[in-house]
Amino acid sequence: MFKFFEPNKIFFITSKAPKYIFLLFIIVLSIGLTEALILSPEDYKQSHSVRIMYVHVPAAWITLGIFSSMTLLSIIGYIFKIKNFFLISKSLAPSGFVFNIIALVTGSIWGKPTWGTWWAWDARITSMLILALFYIMYLLAWKIYGNKDKEVVFKITSIITILGIVNVPIIKYSVDWWNTLHQPASINILSKSSIHVSMLFPLLIMTAAFALFSLLIFLMKYNTELIKIKNKGLDRL
Amino acid sequence: MINEILFMNGYGFYVWSAFIFTLLSFATLYVVTKIQYIREKNKFIAKFGNLNSERAAFAKSQNINREILSNTSNI
Repeated sequence: MFKFFEPNKIFFITSKAPKYIFLLFIIVLSIGLTEALILSPEDYKQSHSVRIMYVHVPAAWITLGIFSSMTLLSIIGYIFKIKNFFLISKSLAPSGFVFNIIALVTGSIWGKPTWGTWWAWDARITSMLILALFYIMYLLAWKIYGNKDKEVVFKITSIITILGIVNVPIIKYSVDWWNTLHQPASINILSKSSIHVSMLFPLLIMTAAFALFSLLIFLMKYNTELIKIKNKGLDRL
Repeated sequence: MINEILFMNGYGFYVWSAFIFTLLSFATLYVVTKIQYIREKNKFIAKFGNLNSERAAFAKSQNINREILSNTSNI
């Protein structure tokens, strides 16, 4: 099954897909921005500042999703010795890191009118900052060891993601485990969500736009990594 | 209407800052990734051009190399 993911077989798709995904991203983002900034209602308590949710929450969801995927790929890649999974994981990291920064900065901007402060060492914010540090360690590991022994970089990046994944449930449940400034989750998959549909719809549209953007960056980065490998191959000819 | 969208009952600064920061981050990441992609692709084309005909034919026998050379889209 893993042979399906071999670069030689999927480059045909990954090299052509970005232009279509870019187009789709622009369309979905335009709808999302219109909904989030103009059409969606203001909150009865937070007024218009609630609109920051439409960039803050999707960014947080996507960065957590990307880090979880990176961990899964690293573990499977390490167990079954599939180098391509490490390449996929490496290509996911930049967008995951940027989404993490967006979640932190927009959260900080939202904090000022809501809590009266730009920053607080609250459990959710601190654990998100720790996740950003794991992303930095992961990217640095590739930068430092990427051109040396591949086995070493595979091992180091796998360890970083395995250690970092411990932080993911802490981020998710920090609002339930500790008394934090953050409100508990408004959207639950297993039980009834407390968010109104008029706010849920733009939130889901913006999440779709962010997911498309991360897919676009992933494909561009993955293609770049494949061409880099092929460049080395030409050197050896 | 325009004033309401811009000022948002005094929250306009915070809302617009958050959205502008997000979109600028997207644009920066996109441009940086695209530059890296174009740089590697140009390097590949230059290296391929320096190969003699025998080696070029061998390199071209690989599907992925043919794809890189034929794919003119820079997105």
